[in-house]
Amino acid sequence: MHQPTITQARHQLKDKKYSAVELLDAVYKRIDAMDGKVQAYVHLTRDIAHRQAKEADQKIAAGEDAPLLGVPIALKDLICMKDTRTTCASHILENFVSPYDATVVLRLKDAGAVLIGKTNMDEFAMGSSNENSYFHVTNNPWDLNRVPGGSSGGSGAAVAANECMAALGSDTGGSIRQPAAFCGITGLKPTYGRVSRFGLVAFASSFDQIGPMTKTAEDAAVLMNVIGGHDPMDSTSADVPLPDFTAALSKDIKGLTMGIPKEYFAKGLDPDVEKAVREAIKTLESMGMQTVEVSLPHTEYAVATYYILACAEASANLSRYDGVKYGYRSEQSDNLMDMYTNTREEGFGEEVKRRILLGTFVLSSGYYDAYYLKGQKVRTLIKRDFEEAFRKCDLMVGPVAPAPAFKQGEKLDDPLQMYLSDIFTISANLAGIPAMSIPCGQSKNNLPIGLQLMGKHFDEETLLNIAHQFQKTTDHHLQHPTL
Amino acid sequence: MPSDSFDIEKIALLARLKLTAEEQTRLGRQFESILNHIDQLNQLDTENVEPTSHVLSLQNVFREDEVKPVFGDGKYLPLAPRQDKDHYEVPKII
Repeated sequence: MHQPTITQARHQLKDKKYSAVELLDAVYKRIDAMDGKVQAYVHLTRDIAHRQAKEADQKIAAGEDAPLLGVPIALKDLICMKDTRTTCASHILENFVSPYDATVVLRLKDAGAVLIGKTNMDEFAMGSSNENSYFHVTNNPWDLNRVPGGSSGGSGAAVAANECMAALGSDTGGSIRQPAAFCGITGLKPTYGRVSRFGLVAFASSFDQIGPMTKTAEDAAVLMNVIGGHDPMDSTSADVPLPDFTAALSKDIKGLTMGIPKEYFAKGLDPDVEKAVREAIKTLESMGMQTVEVSLPHTEYAVATYYILACAEASANLSRYDGVKYGYRSEQSDNLMDMYTNTREEGFGEEVKRRILLGTFVLSSGYYDAYYLKGQKVRTLIKRDFEEAFRKCDLMVGPVAPAPAFKQGEKLDDPLQMYLSDIFTISANLAGIPAMSIPCGQSKNNLPIGLQLMGKHFDEETLLNIAHQFQKTTDHHLQHPTL
Repeated sequence: MPSDSFDIEKIALLARLKLTAEEQTRLGRQFESILNHIDQLNQLDTENVEPTSHVLSLQNVFREDEVKPVFGDGKYLPLAPRQDKDHYEVPKII
């Protein structure tokens, strides 16, 4: 049982090469052996997973089938699963037990998935390195002294270290794509509204999207078929038809046009990253795709715009953590106001406080127009950049991050530098478009490099199609870290 | 933009956060550099640009007001740090 993808595991389970329980035991054995080093998980759900695996075996024996029957999957720990803890890697939710399932969890369960545990993350998904977790850091399986990226760093590391078949992450400003790039796996941030956010703990509601983090584009398509689609429980979920994403994988990509945004190759891009990305573009050209240079002129304003708007939304969303209805409460208070402020001071980590304060400031009386409204207007300009560029191409291609995984601690004292490392991923969230990271090479010191594919609204199919064809031609996604 | 007037104590109170003196100094310094970066948005003329609050053109959806069972099992009170029978307990308000 060696490194199977979802698709391979499904075949092998059907062919009775092993049972779902045996597969699960093998995954837990791997976690027990590796997670001391990687620390990808916050907690495991062994009892639930074991029960689900047994049920899957019964169904397989009865000849039943489902898209993920018996497949072990991990969840980023901000996705609610009934009767298990959802901590958001925060002290304030350390002991919070979800009273219900997120829509994506219900859909995974219906599809027969075996849910094995919750992965580490930056607290409340705020961060690019997983160093903001209340519990512990997660180490990059390719170099344990480096970060796995963030905020879905636990999910990225778990997939890369083969501690699960696939995982779900969430992406508000790059939190699926950047860890996917840093860990050498495939990650897709769907179009805003494609996947229900019901049961996803909110960070910035107009940006957040759940998406798959997998070993291959094919597996990402399988997961998208399960988790995507309209949900009446999420008022921002889009009521548009859900295509069969796996059917799109084998389409011919000849004649498709990829736009190369020139701002994504500006100064500051690591030479190894530039080389790998340019080679990937050449490979796609050799497969019959056309290239056209495009411009996203407001790229340099994306980080500033994002931090105004995402922090504003976060400050409102996180006002619910007041120590009254659930979560942590400070014992140090004898009046209500002190209880609020002490609870939040003791319960939140520094990055979360920083963003709540920034968000409160940009929404405060006297500053709203100068910051929040200004940010919303620049968001329009960034959105228009994409609309304009997509007139000339079917998708855009560029780097995911300016450099490969950085060292633990390297950017910890300088939040602005940490924010700027998200320069190439943030715009997709501002515009609401789907975007994907696939492995496209390695740096001189053997760190994975990600290629970003950015598509038109609700056109995940083209991204998955090109990613799958690229992975049929190249072997970057088949490289594994030695642990 | 008047980013020099960032009053961290006032903002902390609005955000219901109690910061230590050390946090106030450190965060205050970091805000200076973050707000300086944000101030570059002033280079852009947005006079006639409509703000975007949502990326998809969603329309309001009307439906019949039907009575449905409470979502989940409705057992939310036990999640509270302090509760008694049928209510949440909080410290004295007035």
